[in-house]
Amino acid sequence: MIEIKNLNFGYSKKKLLFKDLSMQLKAGHIYGLLGKNGAGKSSLLKNMAGLVYAFSGKIDVIGYNPAKRQPALLKEICFIPEEFYLPSVKIDSYVKANAAFYSNFDHNYFGDLLAEFDIPVDQKLVNMSYGQKKKLIIAFGLATKAQLIIMDEPTNGLDIPSKAQFRKIMAAALTDDRCIIISTHQVRDLDNLIDTVIMLDESCVALKASVEEITKKLCFKRIKELDDTVIYAEPSLSGYHALMPNYHDEDSKLDMELLFNAVLAEKIKIKAAFN
Amino acid sequence: MEFRDNKAIYLQIAEYVCDHILLEKWKTDEKVPSVREMAVDLEVNPNTVMRTYELLQNKNIINNKRGIGFFVTENAVANVKSYRRGEFMDNELPSVFRNIYLLNIGFNELENRYNTYVKETFNV
Repeated sequence: MIEIKNLNFGYSKKKLLFKDLSMQLKAGHIYGLLGKNGAGKSSLLKNMAGLVYAFSGKIDVIGYNPAKRQPALLKEICFIPEEFYLPSVKIDSYVKANAAFYSNFDHNYFGDLLAEFDIPVDQKLVNMSYGQKKKLIIAFGLATKAQLIIMDEPTNGLDIPSKAQFRKIMAAALTDDRCIIISTHQVRDLDNLIDTVIMLDESCVALKASVEEITKKLCFKRIKELDDTVIYAEPSLSGYHALMPNYHDEDSKLDMELLFNAVLAEKIKIKAAFN
Repeated sequence: MEFRDNKAIYLQIAEYVCDHILLEKWKTDEKVPSVREMAVDLEVNPNTVMRTYELLQNKNIINNKRGIGFFVTENAVANVKSYRRGEFMDNELPSVFRNIYLLNIGFNELENRYNTYVKETFNV
């Protein structure tokens, strides 16, 4: 679905945000894009959607170069940004003005999503709360039936029931021909939804692996005492939350926060565990 | 659904399905929820549920009728029990043994406790 090769990108030529970054993303997956503040998560997403341009390298999204912004590709991309602007109109005028750009727009599905998200239909968009606006653009984005769904911090601003609703909607939205990429800091909101982790750090991809691969190579465990097999550990009430090589084929539950911190602290050891 | 921290999600979903079969909420030859229904219900990635269903197919607990969905097999209850037995022996028993050893608990005492527990809980 997406192929990125040797991407060099930055907001100034002196300081590159990505150096020779390459990755491939396939349909049928929900990718979780993780990284510290300023690691370039949003910038990577914008590169995929053709909203910013790289200095060099290649990006291919379903056979198109997103920088050319061809309508045939744009109708297949749903981009939910973290910050957005909505005009002072009601939902039906918003849909009338925007749905026409998406030939596969599904009005019934949009209606279902509005109901599921409990979004008031008679209010002007500017008068809605941030959370309601966010849910509206998510509903609109999914109803475009785009093949590529890019979401930048989608659960920010969502209340507790809406987060559960969001997870249900995304579980239902993943089909074999769709690729979903979600960047997030709220890993606890989404960790059961993500099947492949991409972590950006220091201008490159620090880790890209499926949950299955990660738990095959690494074991997430509570232990009483540290020993030298431990790659990374954080103290807890009853000992440590530890990450170690999975020598005994154990099936542990991936702890996204622990993994995140481990990749930042012990990049070399983590890389070694995957080779 | 609330997931525990100490076990892979796909295995916890397998437990959930097995429980339903043992409690006869889903009986032999009945259809189990589709991958998508289950994923939406539990708010997890459909690929995770697919992994669970592949595991349960390998254990001959459910089978896939092409184009229709997944069904509870004829010997599902027996197969669930043998699968669970293996899981218990390999994963849970060692930590029970560890405590028995550390706390110097005798097998006689355990046996008495066990018999009382069974009598009180299951009335047999």
